[in-house]
Amino acid sequence: MIEAVNRRLEETLEARTGQKVRDCYQCKKCSAGCPVAFAMDLVPHEVMKMVQYGQEERLLSCSTIWLCASCETCSTRCPNEIDIAGVMDGLRQMALEKGAPLGEPEIGMFHKSFLGGIKYTGKTNEPVLIGAYKAMSRRLFDDLGLGAVMVAKHKIKIFPRVVKDRKALKRIFDETGKGGAK
Amino acid sequence: MSRLSFSYFPGCSQSGSAEEFGDSTLAVCKALGIDLEELPDWSCCGASSGHMTNDLLSLALPGRDLALAKTIGKDMLVVCAACYSRMKVSQNRILADEELARRVEEAVGADPRFTGEIRHLLDVLVNDVGIAAIKPWLRESLAGLKAVPYYGCLLVRPPEVCCCDSVENPTELDTFLEALGVEVRPWSFKTDCCGGSLSLSRTDIVEKLVNKLFERAEEAGANCIVTACPMCTANLEMRQEPGKFGFKLLHDMPVMYFTELLGLAMGLAGSEKWFKSHIISPVPLLKELKLTS
Repeated sequence: MIEAVNRRLEETLEARTGQKVRDCYQCKKCSAGCPVAFAMDLVPHEVMKMVQYGQEERLLSCSTIWLCASCETCSTRCPNEIDIAGVMDGLRQMALEKGAPLGEPEIGMFHKSFLGGIKYTGKTNEPVLIGAYKAMSRRLFDDLGLGAVMVAKHKIKIFPRVVKDRKALKRIFDETGKGGAK
Repeated sequence: MSRLSFSYFPGCSQSGSAEEFGDSTLAVCKALGIDLEELPDWSCCGASSGHMTNDLLSLALPGRDLALAKTIGKDMLVVCAACYSRMKVSQNRILADEELARRVEEAVGADPRFTGEIRHLLDVLVNDVGIAAIKPWLRESLAGLKAVPYYGCLLVRPPEVCCCDSVENPTELDTFLEALGVEVRPWSFKTDCCGGSLSLSRTDIVEKLVNKLFERAEEAGANCIVTACPMCTANLEMRQEPGKFGFKLLHDMPVMYFTELLGLAMGLAGSEKWFKSHIISPVPLLKELKLTS
């Protein structure tokens, strides 16, 4: 007996991102033009197919959704006008909200470090970002040589720049963090 | 032509790792009579990490800056391609969806419905100021520089919100460089991704993308790469070689901002300082071509 295809994931993604993944007819242009496809566990057209099949668990824990660099080459070339990078955003956000095991934990840590820095200073400060990411990912000794070059070239400023209206930032993070990923 | 006047969103990199981009932007705008009013107490746009992890946050962070721009009331100028993209995408979505606009307003505590234009400096220079009006300001031709124009992703995609004339083969930066006397070398990698958002977390992937760009630029006969994005420049300059403990440069082709070259061609004071702060120093090349002392 043929079971009905599970459309729940496709519908959830459409509600979130406005993208109609059902329109994908597997021309594979997205995968052909993707600069990061060589490193992915599922290439973009496979992600689209698995969305159509409702393979939520596999998708939320795959590496691909994190490796996608959001260059949007796929989105601009899709003959069915699916914003594939937007679908990747939707899947990433769902993975965080559902607490799925991340296919690329270090990329998750990077985003957390990046946004954490903005939450407390309102701006992106390279030493704060790099420090937070190194501490979280325990990759303490990566890039020491580069770090020295960056300091010598004044690419790293000692004092972080901070937004005066810290309350506004706190409000934004409090309000947007309700019921979702931080 | 009436005097151009904008509110200005500098973006975090332009006072951090891409200070030379920020400084050269201010210098060329001042020299060309483009008035810039910095948004008071602006904050970060959230960049890729915002939209990849939390949709509402990715609109509320630029939303705060859009609310500031609304108060000033002028069109907004942005130079960082990443900030530019976030501002434009957020503005589009906020203005197109009133329910969403209300949610952003609630999060920000101010009205984010900024209806002015958000412009990238390259677009303003080519299309508003115009090449013909820039030419009389040029003191020296940058002849000898052979550049590949590197647009990257966020200046051109998504094309519905971005400013370039073509999504696969944009030409604004080409036109601009030619006006400065730079020889523009043809290559097919104008809009290829450098892997910006993976720079710290998956350096191995980024190195492959960056090395390819340098190899193709060399193949195209260029002696420099010109960019309009601080993420692209940072990646190209710093992500060439596995850098566990040491730091080596596999490719020593300089990577410069379009604003720096304009400043140099206009003979603006301070350009030496910009070029000195690059990880891959363009100074030997500029000296060899007698473009700097």
